[in-house]
Amino acid sequence: MQVRVVYFASFRDAAGREEETRRMAPGSRVRHLWEALAGDVPHFARFGAMPPAAVNREYASAETELHEGDEVAFLPPVAGG
Amino acid sequence: MEKYLTSDPIDLAALLKEARLSDGAVCVFVGVVRNEGGGRETVAIDYQAYSAMAESELAGIANGLSRDWPDVRVRIQHRIGRLEVGEASVAVLATAPHRDDAFAACRAAIDRIKTTVPIWKKEVRPDGTGEWVDATL
Repeated sequence: MQVRVVYFASFRDAAGREEETRRMAPGSRVRHLWEALAGDVPHFARFGAMPPAAVNREYASAETELHEGDEVAFLPPVAGG
Repeated sequence: MEKYLTSDPIDLAALLKEARLSDGAVCVFVGVVRNEGGGRETVAIDYQAYSAMAESELAGIANGLSRDWPDVRVRIQHRIGRLEVGEASVAVLATAPHRDDAFAACRAAIDRIKTTVPIWKKEVRPDGTGEWVDATL
């Protein structure tokens, strides 16, 4: 199963890319993807807890199951306004 | 055409013209780029959005406000890109028959925008370096 990960703001700087495709085992959940990314990006590994996440542009929980083609984003603290 | 996000300057005069003839109150909140952040000089702010999600979050906020204040109509514009000091980054207009509802809905709108909408800002210092703002700190 493949999912698309998109990065913004400080997470984009830390990852050094705007997006990527990740292969995940069937049945993987959002938290499994975060764990995989934290294994690659030192900045992410420093987080004590998973940041807010979105799947297909809606807020999702750590336990949300991922599906082929999903667009997933982990969101740095928002600062609009 | 995106409804809530814009890379062009916010046109307040155009937004004000959208008030209905039955509206006796128009409450406007405008967020403006200021010249310091966290005690450090700022010359500009780069706003970045997860555009598709921000649009749907802003639509959800507008719909929620319509449920909470049925007489109020709320219009939101948030600017994206590089803004100089003094430029408007966000405008919220709440129009209603009477002022109490307009004030309350306008306040609720900007508070919700700052909490859930995936928009980020990087303060640009005089030396050209930038710093992402963490509003939770």
